[in-house]
Amino acid sequence: MTLFRVFRGTREGGELKEYQVAAGEGMVVLDAVHAIQAEQAPDLAVRWNCKAGKCGSCSAEINGKPKLMCMTRMSDYAPDETITVTPMKAFPVIKDLVTDVSWNYEVNKRIPAFQPRKPDAPDGTWRMYQYEIERPQEFRKCIECFLCQDVCHVLRAHDKHEQFMGPAMLVRAALYEMHPLDEADRRDHLRHEGGIGFCNITKCCTEVCPESITITDNAIIPLKERVVDANYDPLAALWRKLTG
Amino acid sequence: MAASDVKSHSYDVVVIGAGGAGLRAAIEASAQKAKVALVCKSLLGKAHTVMAEGGAAAALGNVMSEDNWRVHFRDTMRGGKMHNNWRMAQIHAQEAPDRINELEAWGALFDRTPDGKINQRPFGGHTYSRLAHVGDRTGLEMIRVLQDKGVHSGIDVHMECTIVKLFVVGGKIAGALGYFRETGRFVLFKTGAIVIATGGIGKAWQITSNSWEYTGDGHALAYEAGAELIDMEFVQFHPTGMVWPPSVRGILVTEGVRGEGGVLKNSKGERFMFRYMPDMFKGDFAETEAESDAWVKGDRKKNRRPPELLTRDVVAKAITKEIAEGRGSPHGGVFLDIASKQSPDYIKKKLPSMYHQFKELAQVDITKDPMEIGPTTHYMMGGVKVDAETQESTVPGLYAAGEVGGGMHGANRLGGNSLSDLLVFGRRAGQYAAGKRGAPAAIPDAEVEQTMREALAPFERNGENPFAVQSALQAVMQRNAGIIRDKGGLETALAELEKLKTRAQKVGITGSREYNPGWHTAIDLRSLLVVSEATARAALERTESRGGHTRSDYPDSDDKQAREQIVIKKEGDRMGVRRETQPPIPADLLALIKESV
Repeated sequence: MTLFRVFRGTREGGELKEYQVAAGEGMVVLDAVHAIQAEQAPDLAVRWNCKAGKCGSCSAEINGKPKLMCMTRMSDYAPDETITVTPMKAFPVIKDLVTDVSWNYEVNKRIPAFQPRKPDAPDGTWRMYQYEIERPQEFRKCIECFLCQDVCHVLRAHDKHEQFMGPAMLVRAALYEMHPLDEADRRDHLRHEGGIGFCNITKCCTEVCPESITITDNAIIPLKERVVDANYDPLAALWRKLTG
Repeated sequence: MAASDVKSHSYDVVVIGAGGAGLRAAIEASAQKAKVALVCKSLLGKAHTVMAEGGAAAALGNVMSEDNWRVHFRDTMRGGKMHNNWRMAQIHAQEAPDRINELEAWGALFDRTPDGKINQRPFGGHTYSRLAHVGDRTGLEMIRVLQDKGVHSGIDVHMECTIVKLFVVGGKIAGALGYFRETGRFVLFKTGAIVIATGGIGKAWQITSNSWEYTGDGHALAYEAGAELIDMEFVQFHPTGMVWPPSVRGILVTEGVRGEGGVLKNSKGERFMFRYMPDMFKGDFAETEAESDAWVKGDRKKNRRPPELLTRDVVAKAITKEIAEGRGSPHGGVFLDIASKQSPDYIKKKLPSMYHQFKELAQVDITKDPMEIGPTTHYMMGGVKVDAETQESTVPGLYAAGEVGGGMHGANRLGGNSLSDLLVFGRRAGQYAAGKRGAPAAIPDAEVEQTMREALAPFERNGENPFAVQSALQAVMQRNAGIIRDKGGLETALAELEKLKTRAQKVGITGSREYNPGWHTAIDLRSLLVVSEATARAALERTESRGGHTRSDYPDSDDKQAREQIVIKKEGDRMGVRRETQPPIPADLLALIKESV
């Protein structure tokens, strides 16, 4: 038997409750949560869908680390270790392990939409080459688990949800910015509403990404460079230099 | 609770379900200037489409220029064992290329051919390389593209909202009642046009690739509203699900593994699929390992496809037979081996999520070792009977698209034909639903109040845990209405389902209405019971074996039943079952199907 401590509560508060679960071969933490739900606490709230790391629904914090419950094996922990499961900290709790992630959808809605160039061929299709799309394809691996948002200290510790779009949504913006067909310009959005300057490249997001997207190096840093380039005016800089 | 206390919304079109079909329907209805609501049981972007792996079938002819809609149509009809709604199969084959190209215009990034076009991979039952894909995560790509297109189309999305009833007033759709998972509060949608796009029913079985959502809600809602269901006996058991460890049993292993050259072997190391060639496909597939290997290496003009790429029904039955005859793997499956056919780099590039899934969940490195796999419940061919052109059901104002719609795939669906089906018929459903606009009839308060009382009843009882009833139902269906069926087993299933209906009416819930999975399961059980009974009744009625429906007491296909459909319709308190003959296939199309390529 493994001892689980699971957060039970709502927006108003709650507590860790203890449950004993029989560990079976190959079991993941989500299996244990389901076992608790089926046998001990049918009202235990948890999100899940695919159970194979593809949908990004079952995000939570396991012994304090942001993880997908379906991809965290119980055998990763010592047999006598207590496993503590709590909801993501960067978002308001709805109930138990379920958090209100609607903010992410609002932020995504405000990213300027994809705008393709005119089709390349008379039949209305485009030509793109594999090497051109490898980078945006990496960003498309994002399963919207929001674990990177959860771990990001700008959101988690400083609560800057109003001013900073967070790594997941920067990845989304980067996808379209680096899409070979796209002609929209998102630099102004990233600089102002998106608050890209808040990111100080601690790379915590990259570390927790279950899809191994190189969030900081491949998405955020190139976006920061684009934003800086757009706002760098060499004539103004020269004028400042000359006039002191 | 009084109906007047329920929050209500008025829309031109309400789409239930936000997978590929629902999103595509909502986008189209919105493009037709309709006021659209998209209602989904999970968060947006988590629907089952996200798990589709292999690709979307469309005769683009980018890889093999010989391909065209006629060959795609022929493959679909033959794969469906001639039972398909021919007009749907034709529309699908003709329109799929436009729907795929349209996704590219909306930002999709499909893998490319060397000359910069959308690449296409081979798949089971498809004569030519036909599946537009993104590695083995095509569904994720599709849902994200549609999701982002959708959020910029002015659609109202109501997430984590489960619909419990459709209202029909004066013979026409008038609205729907649902509840939000978060608060447990009810919401009333007033509308004259509803598109159901709720997917399948796979949660009625124990071993399944389907998530908790797949409880047949759309099938049951339509049935309760008086719509007809067809082909409910045709359930697709995908040949390759994970079998070990127990906690991952049933999780899908993409057919793309076989498309990329993976081979099936039994415990004796024998490539058994060569022994299971059905007469219909003789001559279309490789007859030796050498020919098959040459095809995998890329010489596709002179060599024929490996037998592992036979249709899913054939492969699933072959695997079941190998296991039954004692040639299975240690954990009750067979072996799927790609390591000996492709390089590690190629496997990681083409099948990254399979590599990851086996490494993380089973501690198997598929670039070195074979996978252990076995059949898993995957897809419902049957569903709401719809008009091929408009997707309208037999209830005016009620449309169905995607997996919940019936007819397109006949007795067996080809891999890759689902993602394209979602797009083709999702668009049509949205288009015609938007054309239906007009003020709906008022829904009587008493009906709304009655529906709420029934939904809340489990809170009033100190009864059985709903999870226990759900798992008992899954055991019954697995045992008696699985891959191989017979009269006795199906009759047992029906008798057991009767008992489960009584148990379901007595389940009790503790806790509040806020995000209470026990309550959600109690409500989903009502849908599961309807679709399970429909499947068992239709399976009992069809006295032959065809595609996904196999009867050990009627092992052969019966030509007389090929175009006969089992129709299920609610008749008072009982489930009516009748046979109907489908319209004949026009001579020119019939000639296409029979022609060899």
